[in-house]
Amino acid sequence: MIEIDRITKTYDGVHAVDSVTMTVETGTITIIVGTSGSGKTTLLRMINRLEEPSSGEVRINGESTLATKPHLLRRRIGYAIQGHGLFPHHSVARNIGAVPELLNWPKDKISARVDELLTLFSMDPVAFRDRYPAELSGGQQQRVGVARALASRPDLLLMDEPFGALDPIIRSRAQDDLRRIQQRLGSTIMLVTHDMDEAIRLGDRVAVMDGGKLVQYATPAEIISQPATGFVADMVGDVERPLRLLSLIPVSEVVEDGAAEGGALPAGASLRDALAACLWTGRTAVPVAHDDAVVGRVTLDAIRARAELHA
Amino acid sequence: MKIGIVLRPALIVLLLALVLRPAWFAPVFAPLAPANGPVIYERASLLSLSLSHLGLVAAATAAATLVAVTLAILVTRPSGAAFRPLSRTIANMGQTFPPVAVLALAVPVLGFGSGPTLVALFLYGLLPIFENAITALSTLPPATMEAARGIGLNRWQKLMRVELPLALPVILTGIRLSVVIALGTATIGSTVAARTLGEVIIAGLLTNNTAYVLQGGLIVGLFAVLIYDALVQLEAHLARRVGG
Repeated sequence: MIEIDRITKTYDGVHAVDSVTMTVETGTITIIVGTSGSGKTTLLRMINRLEEPSSGEVRINGESTLATKPHLLRRRIGYAIQGHGLFPHHSVARNIGAVPELLNWPKDKISARVDELLTLFSMDPVAFRDRYPAELSGGQQQRVGVARALASRPDLLLMDEPFGALDPIIRSRAQDDLRRIQQRLGSTIMLVTHDMDEAIRLGDRVAVMDGGKLVQYATPAEIISQPATGFVADMVGDVERPLRLLSLIPVSEVVEDGAAEGGALPAGASLRDALAACLWTGRTAVPVAHDDAVVGRVTLDAIRARAELHA
Repeated sequence: MKIGIVLRPALIVLLLALVLRPAWFAPVFAPLAPANGPVIYERASLLSLSLSHLGLVAAATAAATLVAVTLAILVTRPSGAAFRPLSRTIANMGQTFPPVAVLALAVPVLGFGSGPTLVALFLYGLLPIFENAITALSTLPPATMEAARGIGLNRWQKLMRVELPLALPVILTGIRLSVVIALGTATIGSTVAARTLGEVIIAGLLTNNTAYVLQGGLIVGLFAVLIYDALVQLEAHLARRVGG
């Protein structure tokens, strides 16, 4: 559990981060979202003390981060940034093994861990281990950057706009990968972004920052259906609210018995996918399949009724 | 590049022949020597003069590198930033001061011999290395520097494992400039009795013997060209390794 307790950062009398308090549960993804200058990156950087808080403190599993020397603290906290920040003069294996090396892991344990992570990120260890960052594509560099941050099995992984430099298709794959890997490893992740779509898509909880203050900290569904301030509503975007909400609800939640025409949707699809399928093919219901066996259908009426509930 | 494959070995052979077997070139230089005068410099072995010349350059450049890089590291740290303009001024002064003047001023203190030449070469070598090291250390990729701190390197580890290796190719460019300047400047050292190839040139100038002048000049020139070339190759190799 990560407890952020009335943390404040002041530059020349201006509060960049103003008394933010929040608690992050172990094994969840928390997204900090805001416009530029909202203090979101400063908040993140105070957790591993790349910025020293002016007041307040952060506790990781009950222990204050101020109790450890900053560079030793950072070895326990994974850190991945926009533009990956890989060491260009080190091979992929040395980059990923950088923190374990600092922690004096034995060599064979480091190389086993490197291979394990490369495999986890769908990169063949034999092909990629000895390459240099300049020989990788943008998406691969980014994956190596995240693998480096995860290498020592940190208590917490901090990510600062990790997908900001990727094109939309690669970005959405990277987001799926992150979700998959987080569920597999049970990591605790705090990620900063300015992209509300990314926040809603990835977050178990979303923290919205505005002018250095934490204005709302809630589940994505709550952020969409009950925005705490006009700013949060703006970030979500009025027009897109219903669609964003539908994108969070799996079809399995409103599936009913009965048959429907046409191609089936997988049970893991969202109501937004179901709505799109209905509209695009002129159907009023689509079949839902689980492992290729049709288990029921989703009707347009059910989608409408669910959307009106506002979560 | 292709020309280099032929030219490089040819120049190396020519240089070795000039240093080790100067007598071979007697017919070539003979028309330039005064009538009945000596054609080939024989007062000292050209090999020992070359080695002493290169030794002086190496010692002075090594000292200049050590001082300049250390200084550059200090003034690129946040705590040393205030000294940056001052250290630049000092390094610039070293460069502005004519080497002959340094020699003249150093002789009364250090006496005749290699001492004053070492001082002049050292002062002259500081600036290019210092300027390049500052540039290299202050233009490192920001994301990499941020990551280096973020993953928990302490300041020393960050300097030794990330900053210096990444800055090395650019620092080496500065060293290359210094070496080439020093190779030429060292010849002047012979005016105050340093054992360098300048001895041959000065002997030629004093006795109106163009053969000597050419002989000394050619050897120094070839050393400069070949060492410059070798360092360029080394830089290119290092730059490839850091992904540049």
